[in-house]
Amino acid sequence: MSADIIKKSAAELAGLISSGEASAVEVTQAHLDRIAAVEDSVKAFTHVDPETALAQARTVDERRAAGEALGPLAGVPIAHKDVFTTIDMPTTASSKILEGWRPPYDATVTRRLREAGLVILGKTNMDEFAMGSSTENSAFGPTHNPWDLNKIPGGSSGGSSAAVAAYEAPLATGTDTGGSIRQPAAVTGLVGMKPTYGGSSRYGLIAFASSLDTPGPLARTVLDAALLHEAFSGHDPMDSTSIDQPVPPVVEAARRAEVGGLRVGVVKEFGGEGYQPGVLARFHEAVEVLESLGAKVVEVSCPHFTYALPAYYLIAPSECSSNLARFDGMRYGLRVGDDETRSAEEVMALTRAEGFGPEVKRRIMLGTYALSSGYYDAYYGKAQQVRTLIARDFDAAFEQVDVLISPTTPTTAFAIGERADDPMAMYLADLCTIPSNLAGNAAISVPCGLADEDSLPVGLQIMAPVLADDRVYRVGAAVERALQDRWGGPLLAKAPEL
Amino acid sequence: MLNEHAAHGSAAAGQARGGGAITRDEVAHLARLSRLALREDELDHLATQLDDIISAVARVQEVAAEDIPPTSHALPLTNVFRADEVRPSLTPDQALSGAPAADEQRFKVPRILDEEA
Repeated sequence: MSADIIKKSAAELAGLISSGEASAVEVTQAHLDRIAAVEDSVKAFTHVDPETALAQARTVDERRAAGEALGPLAGVPIAHKDVFTTIDMPTTASSKILEGWRPPYDATVTRRLREAGLVILGKTNMDEFAMGSSTENSAFGPTHNPWDLNKIPGGSSGGSSAAVAAYEAPLATGTDTGGSIRQPAAVTGLVGMKPTYGGSSRYGLIAFASSLDTPGPLARTVLDAALLHEAFSGHDPMDSTSIDQPVPPVVEAARRAEVGGLRVGVVKEFGGEGYQPGVLARFHEAVEVLESLGAKVVEVSCPHFTYALPAYYLIAPSECSSNLARFDGMRYGLRVGDDETRSAEEVMALTRAEGFGPEVKRRIMLGTYALSSGYYDAYYGKAQQVRTLIARDFDAAFEQVDVLISPTTPTTAFAIGERADDPMAMYLADLCTIPSNLAGNAAISVPCGLADEDSLPVGLQIMAPVLADDRVYRVGAAVERALQDRWGGPLLAKAPEL
Repeated sequence: MLNEHAAHGSAAAGQARGGGAITRDEVAHLARLSRLALREDELDHLATQLDDIISAVARVQEVAAEDIPPTSHALPLTNVFRADEVRPSLTPDQALSGAPAADEQRFKVPRILDEEA
């Protein structure tokens, strides 16, 4: 039974639980057993709490037995990225500076997971403060890609992607600042969605770059991602940048799954040199699939998208240098060197040098540089103008087409250690995902096959205008159905047994 | 593609900053501004890496954007207010629960003024 349970989708598990064929406790225990069996090789979690998880599951079973009407995902387990505060579990953002920290409040996303009856199994590993594309920047060691344990699971939400791809959880939360949900989903064969900025709450999300950070779902199917998206999204008065409008009808769109007559634009700037041939081959196949389903595919130029990466690596570090000033060793977290003689400033500098890892230090320094007087206009100011031009490129493109598509990443998963000390090579992993963060629009990655060279997963990125989140689910679900017909089942069925 | 970025970037950055790469002294100054007590070897390593990164991101200067307004944020939101109502907040114990040091319901911090001050 246990082996059957862990391979089921969240929607299937919810069906079994609501019909009484399985209890939330049984489903939770099956996933805890799986975690116990594979976690030593995958290392997806920073914290697993079996007792709290089983207690949550028991509550769901009791409420159901008492005849309460529960949400559509009640009793389904979830892995929660360790960047969201949780009152009953440590919250570290995979940083030594927050090791062991117990937040005094729940993030809005956490609270909504609980209200929906989702069972939080534990917290997932990530690049420290969500800065990275490989999860190697965690202070607690790297996470391994279940498709090949020597490869990275993507990042920063790499613990979340690995947990779901390894069947340790059917669902996971992530956050996407420059691609941190879509890229991990792409390289592990999952569905990962970055909602419209402001569509999901940042309250209780440890801030990296506040104008870009967006919580979103990771799952094995498009429908599961939509169900989770709906469960934790929507207006939150605690986040002043939260959009005060209804959540787009994402679940309905995932069920509708058709693209007849839809206009699809292939981003001309994303492809060619620097892209792995196997990635481009799978991408072109996905284009053919969309055409065969009745979509009208055209090429669209977005000339400023090639400037998105440099603009992002000025804007995000600038915001990070400001946001991470709060880690000063005074009110919570690590404090180093307080010997009663050193000043507060000296203690701060020692604490931050000891508590932050190399990538976080690099970005704080880079942001401090870009914001300093004399350089501000040439760097941060210019990057903000590029941001305007990228938004205009999207506006012009969406006058011609309904969605834009591209590969999610230029390559499949690379080897652990391969880019660890080459920041610019690491940053290229976000080449295609960054424009949607800068413009704030909706974008999803869905699996589109395995690259011939290495038999590793490739992701198809689908982008839609601000608040048209439902549209990317509709297209993603149509592609998923057509490709699974070809493959004779889900892509993850091709992954080696752990 | 990366090399191309870097090549363009170096030229543009050179123009913007009057020539040359970021110096190790500048990196040491940035570390002080950032409140990071870095070791000498960390500064050496970072100086090289920051130079590479700044050269690459300087490519934003290629874009002709004289009359383009800056975007700081993806949403057209200004001054979002909530109702000014008294609501429950953290208790002193909750607020101090993660404090490295506390005393009499206050955060205890190292001295912030020089002894002479």
